[in-house]
Amino acid sequence: MQTFDLGAEGLRALNSSLHALKGQTNMTAWEVINPKGAHAIAAGVDAPVDITVRGSTGYYCAGMNKQATIRIKGSAGPGVAENMMSGTVIIDGNASQYAGATGRGGLLVVKGNASSRCGVSMKGIDIVVHGSIGHMSAFMAQSGNLVVLGDAGDALGDSLYEARLFVRGSVKSLGADCIEKEMRPEHLALLADLLKRGEAEHLAKPEEFKRYGSARKLYNFNIDNASAY
Amino acid sequence: MSDFPHTPPRFSATFTPAVNAEIRRAAASGIYDIRGGGTKRHLPHFDDLLFLGASISRYPLEGYREKCATDVWLGTRFAKKPIHLEIPVTIAGMSFGALSGPAKEALGRGASAAGTSTTTGDGGMTEEERGHSRTLVYQYLPSRYGMNPDDLRRCDAIEVVVGQGAKPGGGGMLLGQKISDRVANMRNLPKGIDQRSACRHPDWTGPDDLEIKIMELREITDWEKPIYVKVGGARPYYDTALAVKAGADVVVLDGMQGGTAATQDVFIEHVGMPILACIPQAVKALQDLGMHRKVQLIVSGGIRTGADVAKAMALGADAVAIGTAALIALGDNDPKWESEYQKLGTTADAYDDWHEGRDPAGITTQDPELSKRFDPILGGRRLKNYLKVMTLEAQTIARACGKNHLHNLEPEDLCSLTIEAAAMAGVPLAGTNWIPGRTGGF
Repeated sequence: MQTFDLGAEGLRALNSSLHALKGQTNMTAWEVINPKGAHAIAAGVDAPVDITVRGSTGYYCAGMNKQATIRIKGSAGPGVAENMMSGTVIIDGNASQYAGATGRGGLLVVKGNASSRCGVSMKGIDIVVHGSIGHMSAFMAQSGNLVVLGDAGDALGDSLYEARLFVRGSVKSLGADCIEKEMRPEHLALLADLLKRGEAEHLAKPEEFKRYGSARKLYNFNIDNASAY
Repeated sequence: MSDFPHTPPRFSATFTPAVNAEIRRAAASGIYDIRGGGTKRHLPHFDDLLFLGASISRYPLEGYREKCATDVWLGTRFAKKPIHLEIPVTIAGMSFGALSGPAKEALGRGASAAGTSTTTGDGGMTEEERGHSRTLVYQYLPSRYGMNPDDLRRCDAIEVVVGQGAKPGGGGMLLGQKISDRVANMRNLPKGIDQRSACRHPDWTGPDDLEIKIMELREITDWEKPIYVKVGGARPYYDTALAVKAGADVVVLDGMQGGTAATQDVFIEHVGMPILACIPQAVKALQDLGMHRKVQLIVSGGIRTGADVAKAMALGADAVAIGTAALIALGDNDPKWESEYQKLGTTADAYDDWHEGRDPAGITTQDPELSKRFDPILGGRRLKNYLKVMTLEAQTIARACGKNHLHNLEPEDLCSLTIEAAAMAGVPLAGTNWIPGRTGGF
């Protein structure tokens, strides 16, 4: 276990050390202490390592992550795991705005609540939120899966493309072109896997969720839909 | 019938035939007009400025004997690896999707041969352009199509796109005709849909967030890459100041003459300011912050000739970018395709339906048959020639003004032909020392 005191050694030294792990296999467990809400902690890592951040993080923790498993033992600021490519990010606390924004792969788990725009423009990432999510979540979400054990705020899935949204609780309102869809057996199987990987299988059953997706009515411009824009 | 002469038909200056035709088109179709390119209206522009040249008070440099340097460094503020270009004319961002793969390759070939950079666009980085571009600027756009850390690390600079001159405040648009399998795959979208990119970034809002976003990009790339911030010509004094505050190495400022692959005609023609009005405000912001020449300024929007390059630089820009002019150099709108333009209901030099993907020149299309018409090697050579000519023209003017580097051109080398240009550019009206509005400041 490598222990890195962020307060003493600084962000640049941390990220530089983590980036140097690319292609290395002998330092696989890292612990970051004294994060104190710093921004861009462990951004741009590209190695199959385990990183535990002991405390809360600022903006863009684990940004563009590849391969790494990053655990935040606190809450995360805006844009956690933004544009993640692969790997896993697990937040014990809450996540601020834009969690998993534009993520292209990997798994993001938020054990508390996630704020507005969770999964905005997501492009293949899987996101599992144990609590609730804020307004405009999954706005323009292109692909991937968003699982919410709690409730969703206003305008869920506005201008949605092909991402799949699963919400167990209430949805305050659906955004433009987002509709409830039939839950078929393949979706239940997918959900069971996501709940398991999202460390939530003891908290909810697939049958308790509703599925939401795109009505695909805004895919090509039609003047009769102008009021939806 | 009276023998008196009839009043001849008189067209309205308000309801012109063109205006009426657009009303009829809107009434028939129910949708606004979408097109490519930049504004077509007449605007105060570089044509409204002249260089004074040398005389008794200033002496010129010999055209073929005394050196006039043209190189430029970009990204010297924070980047570990700033860019050094041989000429100050760069290629603006244009997407694969808007342009064909061979067209992107040609831009890379031509720019590299001329010693300058090219730029990706709203569709990610293609192998064609990375492979053929010695210096490649990677755009970081609201859509984040294709965005990934590997391409961030293999580019030479990162351009955070906040806006563009053709549509400040607008997002991208690529209509279904051009969403081919490859384009759809790169953007992670269904084939054939009308693709509208967001106008705001998904994970930051405002200059304070932008500062943190830029810091993240620097961390991901280990502070190696110059980071540009591109803005449309909206409020250039404040936008420039805020970009500097947010940590930009380079500010890219695009006036309303700058082109787009596709957007609403009403947006292109009615939003934004001409580049002539933008440059002095951006330069003043840099000067007020003590950052002129420390944060470099690249300007674009209607740059066509070496004279335009020299005028932009005399007003304080460090470099310029060209988009539309580069496409024309490649062969866009060439009269040799006139019969095909006629079939599309248009004519050479007026064709702007780039969004329909039926470009006879094979440049603004994803149609494989049309794309085959375009030879990227020949196109690259044409672009190189054009860039070299622009550079020679700018050098010719700079020497005539007694300058041994294009960066030494200054507003005092200029005069204005019109009151509007004098007011916008902050350059005296020819034959006077009058700069309208100067006493009121910006």
